[in-house]
Amino acid sequence: MILALHDYWSERGCVILQPYDMEMGAGTFHPATTLRALGPDTWNAAFVQPCRRPTDGRYGENPNRLQHYYQYQVILKPSPPDLQDLYLGSLAAIGVDTALHDIRFVEDDWESPTLGAWGLGWEVWCDGMEVTQFTYFQQMGGYDMKPVAGELTYGLERLAMYIQNVDNVYDLAFNDSGVTYGDVFLENERQMSTWNFEVADTDTLFDLFRKAAAECENCLERGLPIPAYEQAIKASHTFNLLQARGVISVAERQAYMGRVRDLAKGACGAWMDKNGWAA
Amino acid sequence: MGRVTDFLLELRSEEIPARMQDKAREDLARLFAAELAKAGITTGAIATYATPRRLALIARDLPLETAAVTEEVKGPKTAAPPQALEGFLRKTGLTREQLTERDGVFFAITEKPGRATADVLADAIPAIVRAFPWPKSMRWGAASTSTESLRWVRPLHGIVALLGEELVPVSIAGIESGYATLGHRFHHPGPITIGSADDYVAKLNAAHVIVDQDARRTIIRDRASALAAEAGLVLVEDEGLVGENAGLTEWPVPLLGRFDAEFLSVPPEVIQLTARVNQKYFVCRDSGGALANAFVCTANIEASDGGATIVEGNRKVLAARLSDARFFYDTDLKVPLETQAEKLSKIVFHEKLGTVADKVDRVAKLARWLVEEGIILPGTGRGTSEAGGGGVPHGASLADASLHHPADGPPPRAGEELADLAERAARLAKADLVTGMVGEFPELQGLMGGYYAAAQGEDPRVAAAVRDHYKPVGQGDEVPTDPVTVAVSLADKLDTIAAFFSINEKPTGSKDPFALRRAVLGVASIIQQNALSASLRKMFELALEQNHRARRARDVTTDADAGYSRYVDELITFAIDRLKVQQREAGVRHDLIDAVFALGGEDDLVRLLARVRALQAFVGTEDGANLLAGYKRAANILKKEGYSPLPPREGPGVGGESQDGSAKPLPNLSPEGGGDEGGGKTLSYTPEIAEADLIAALDAAEPAAARAVEAEDFEAAMAALATLRGPIDAFFDSVTVNDPDADKRAARLALLARVRDAVHTVADFSRIEG
Repeated sequence: MILALHDYWSERGCVILQPYDMEMGAGTFHPATTLRALGPDTWNAAFVQPCRRPTDGRYGENPNRLQHYYQYQVILKPSPPDLQDLYLGSLAAIGVDTALHDIRFVEDDWESPTLGAWGLGWEVWCDGMEVTQFTYFQQMGGYDMKPVAGELTYGLERLAMYIQNVDNVYDLAFNDSGVTYGDVFLENERQMSTWNFEVADTDTLFDLFRKAAAECENCLERGLPIPAYEQAIKASHTFNLLQARGVISVAERQAYMGRVRDLAKGACGAWMDKNGWAA
Repeated sequence: MGRVTDFLLELRSEEIPARMQDKAREDLARLFAAELAKAGITTGAIATYATPRRLALIARDLPLETAAVTEEVKGPKTAAPPQALEGFLRKTGLTREQLTERDGVFFAITEKPGRATADVLADAIPAIVRAFPWPKSMRWGAASTSTESLRWVRPLHGIVALLGEELVPVSIAGIESGYATLGHRFHHPGPITIGSADDYVAKLNAAHVIVDQDARRTIIRDRASALAAEAGLVLVEDEGLVGENAGLTEWPVPLLGRFDAEFLSVPPEVIQLTARVNQKYFVCRDSGGALANAFVCTANIEASDGGATIVEGNRKVLAARLSDARFFYDTDLKVPLETQAEKLSKIVFHEKLGTVADKVDRVAKLARWLVEEGIILPGTGRGTSEAGGGGVPHGASLADASLHHPADGPPPRAGEELADLAERAARLAKADLVTGMVGEFPELQGLMGGYYAAAQGEDPRVAAAVRDHYKPVGQGDEVPTDPVTVAVSLADKLDTIAAFFSINEKPTGSKDPFALRRAVLGVASIIQQNALSASLRKMFELALEQNHRARRARDVTTDADAGYSRYVDELITFAIDRLKVQQREAGVRHDLIDAVFALGGEDDLVRLLARVRALQAFVGTEDGANLLAGYKRAANILKKEGYSPLPPREGPGVGGESQDGSAKPLPNLSPEGGGDEGGGKTLSYTPEIAEADLIAALDAAEPAAARAVEAEDFEAAMAALATLRGPIDAFFDSVTVNDPDADKRAARLALLARVRDAVHTVADFSRIEG
């Protein structure tokens, strides 16, 4: 399936990238999306990105909620006029028959408070299940998109469940020799859910958050937006872990999110400066 | 009128959010009509349509061109100085020869020829598109390199604009108008050609697009019901869902599916909410009225397998959602609510008001107080207490409250039990805010707490109070009547209002961020519904006292000692103001509420409203209207003569001067106390007949009115006042107040003051309008 998507988008001019080697909550955090979405240059890319969402962990007991899963991400700047058709073509390429399945574009405006980003678009439903987030970015890091980029984020496990017609993510066949998704990830989900919710040392996490924030600022002072952005990603993930541990109150939550947003915006601003782009 | 024809406009875009479509149709019709009116074109009926992918308008009977218009502008007189003429020529851009002279005045007459309607439309359409008020709009594509590029709700792709069969040429941001549009995204992906407004709906229908939203709604409504009936079930109707699904489909196909009956162990409200909010499914009930394990989803295609795959897919999604809900429910059930409640100490209620746990503590104590003070009795809400009936007499002090239980009331033990239950319920009431289920579905607050309380074996009255204590949420919402719920609900709202007032966070204008108006209306509704006989002042004092104590406990350096009682009057005024708004809908005159409230600050809402109703009935009678007129005349004379105003009075409950609960007669109302002030006993002259009659009438009416008020029999009080009407009229007809004799004048003014004051035993008539 991933290969089919790679082929499809590669034929349509995308560079095929590899996952970013950091923990992040969504493919949108990949610098190939966040930073490259900024500025006037044409940029078309596709890649897989593992995502970690500690609060979505269900100890392996929910058929389609995971604290670690895979997104397939496509970013096209400027957004092509036939983006919806291109997207539907990609579904056909991975075997979704639109004569049999009910594909719908349901309003879902996307916003990432921690990236200072928002866009309008839809969640794409296949028979009632959200399989893709489809967004026209309007702002990133607090900056207006000039021009607007289109972003497609496929939930790979969910699509695979459709194509293989299984009810439970852990029953997905991982290869043709009987290895399932559960064989590969079930124990991982159990242990990581326990760690995310119950074990992770909160003092260490708070300390990590502070250090990542400080390092981000250090990088910004030295005019290094890419390492600064990496530290912002680190702070964001650490914040997500603290959330899962339930040690951040409602009032504090806003403050922490604001802090991460400032770091991400700082990195985006430095990236714009470095490239000589006006806001 | 010349030839007319119809106009069709279709704006085709990527999927328009369902919730925006109705408003978009209205906006399109409005903007279109305004553009035409600007050009002087009148049209016949305008119909608008919306689907996810198009917004369309058909206007009937447009003229092919606008009428020619002659405009005439008056200029200076021909005899005026040349500068005036020059100025006029400059203004109009004409030459002297082009002006017309008539009756010695210059006129500039310009003929505006008629315009082709097609030209008007070619200008109007881009104007409408650019001015369209979408709630949220976006830029897209290569043009968005500029932030000034065209904005639309989602990328705009096509424009069909046909006047009759003629294309109206329009170009907006590179999109050219044409005859072609697209059919259904999957059933008919190719272009279709529209001939005119007349074949638009039919051609789209042939291409699997039902463009009329009302037709789609009917299909969804009827088909969903029929599917449920075929399965032996009853659809839970939901017009909101009908509209939403119609906004998500161009070719709606309802399908019924089943989910695993095991999920029915999750509360039905949760299932229904999950199905509705997350998946936009209808749910069904069985013949016994219980939630069935069935759902109806609405697809946008006629699937090649009849929809089996779609139903199966939707079933899986719902199963995953319900599995998640059950995970939350089961997880929540394992944690006692007391333990959950401890986590409330981590949630800030308001920066200056502490945490939610602090609020819970205040509400719990206040709920207990409301019971201990006798404001809420074990019999509350059972219809045993009539308005103004049982309960504690007005203004009773804390100490003797228990002495005033009605003789046939429940034993004190019932009161103690009620206080315990109310405090217990209040301590658990907010605990569900930290449960997983409410975290996922905030609108289930209260409801889930009720389930969890029942599951951990709480008294059913406690569980009900936890469930219902947010009620009433708005006008028309159910008002609690169970005493335990009444105590918690009232305490919660009183605390919120008092707490925010005490940190100076009051509603202003349209701003009411903490919904204090809604809260105080809730308080008023609960009091009225349950005929709670108690002073608002007392209730607010209790709430402020709790806040004050809590603040002092939190922060010893607080200046709260400066006295919280200063907020009480503000709170009462706030409550009375909202009451006026609420009662206006029930036809109660706000000036009459003022008239009753102004007098001694009547703040027992039940009694206040009983009094207002009696007053409103009275001023509606001839006697009432005439008495009001006589009163106003008396009051005007007193005012003109600078007669000293009423001695200041304190409202009941202030300073505790009326501990016995009786209205204290005013000095100049007491027959003995009349003295030389005009009581009528020591007149230095022989009164005229009408004067003597009025004195006699007052002598009789005053004590009667006072007794009736004391007995809270306002009809009788009004009747007593009504006896004054004839004597007052006769007095004004035959007696001169402003007599040259100073003694007579003084005595008669004093008599008028007596009239005024007698009327004031019932209400401050000066506040009555008309």
